[in-house]
Amino acid sequence: MTEIKLSSLTKRYKDLTAVDGLSLEVEKGELFGLLGVNGAGKTTTIKMLSTLTAPTSGDAEIGGYSILSDPQKIREMIAISPQETAVAENLTARENLRMMAGIYSMEKDAADKKISELCEALGLRSVMDKRLKKMSGGYKRRVSIAMALINSPSVLFLDEPTLGLDVIARSELWDAIKAIKGELTIILTTHYLEEAEEMCDRFAVMKDGKLITVGSAEDIKKEAGEDDFEAAFVKLVKEGRS
Amino acid sequence: MRWLAFTKRTAKEIILDPLTIAFGLGMPVALLLLLSAINSGIPEGYGPSNFRIDNLTPGVNVFAMSFLTLMAGLLLAKDRGSSLLQRLLTTPLTAVDYIVGYTLPLLPIAVCQGVICYVVALIMGLSFTGNIFLSILISLIPALFFTSLGLLLGTLLNEKQVGGICGALVTNLTAWLSGAWFSLDMVGGAFKVIGQILPFYHAVEMQKAMLHGDFSGILTEGHIWVVLAYTVAVFVLAIVLFTSKMREK
Repeated sequence: MTEIKLSSLTKRYKDLTAVDGLSLEVEKGELFGLLGVNGAGKTTTIKMLSTLTAPTSGDAEIGGYSILSDPQKIREMIAISPQETAVAENLTARENLRMMAGIYSMEKDAADKKISELCEALGLRSVMDKRLKKMSGGYKRRVSIAMALINSPSVLFLDEPTLGLDVIARSELWDAIKAIKGELTIILTTHYLEEAEEMCDRFAVMKDGKLITVGSAEDIKKEAGEDDFEAAFVKLVKEGRS
Repeated sequence: MRWLAFTKRTAKEIILDPLTIAFGLGMPVALLLLLSAINSGIPEGYGPSNFRIDNLTPGVNVFAMSFLTLMAGLLLAKDRGSSLLQRLLTTPLTAVDYIVGYTLPLLPIAVCQGVICYVVALIMGLSFTGNIFLSILISLIPALFFTSLGLLLGTLLNEKQVGGICGALVTNLTAWLSGAWFSLDMVGGAFKVIGQILPFYHAVEMQKAMLHGDFSGILTEGHIWVVLAYTVAVFVLAIVLFTSKMREK
């Protein structure tokens, strides 16, 4: 069942075309990797899908709702964890999560239950009453993801969730993402291809705003004629059909 | 009640910023004490009447409220600089929820400023009348103006620029052009004209009139209308700019 459908989605900034006629479909429950070098248009695509930026042309549907005509409906069913850690630094993890629960109009009991579940799933128990500004980068990212999951969204956008984290924090965060995989549709951007290969069901590879290919890791390796996923990605991007 | 969740968060951010609170609440007390001390050294009948405690207190109160611009501007600019606002913009929060969330927590600060100013003034010799309560009440209009101005600047500028413009320019404009420290008539000319065009002078005169029980003067001299007009205009402009800036097209 299709959860996200992009139809010729395009975003232009003056002379720059950041996303150029992107069309693809993502299935419900998929963990979908959006790959590309810096400037490929991944973040702009996520911004359009999460209603932060309007497309110049084209449209996209999430759960049957258009980003152009039903942005408010879409905001009720999606969540985003942006590249930078999007948290209120002066508040504790619990306060951040309660704030998000309130924004989604959750009842107190339901919110407390969900907070408790997320606390377990993302390993936050020891830091729940600690202010974010006193936490390590890894914990901040986990809180950021927990905040995105508070309203049990149908679609979660994770934009470079492990950016700037050390190897241990990165590994722990991937484990946390694995724990929620399958429960919702996840669109993920990352530069860590080895981990992406292990985690994602399918990928879209972008270059200069255009889609180069879509498929599973195996499909992409086969298409590039490489055994290694990273080598296949590099080859496809270098050859770039854009 | 989405706005309430965001309002609570903003209130916590304000309370947890001791420097801003110290400036917003401590500065007026220090000024009242300092200027009253200067006034006590001036022989009766000499020097400006501005330093008399019943004239000085409304001026200091309005000056203190200029720090609301700094607080509101910094809050919004900080949020814009972080990814938090980006995340919140993907939630069902509306533009009104944001503006209420940024504005509402600053109004109790304005009331605290008024209460502190008048309590210190009473200690310094101001006669107690019920008009003090009305003065604090009417000060909520300029409080809303200063907060809206902060939101407007916080929407357009980054944190550093807000610090400079709100921390220096707005506070100085309020200090010089409100007639709080010296009468605009003393300088006269273009200075007086500019002072009377801007809302700061009217905010002080409005509060002075309320404190002195000149209720009809507030309306007939037009101070309240000038302040209200600026408040509505800046508030609406802040909402429009915030909405258009945040929903980047």
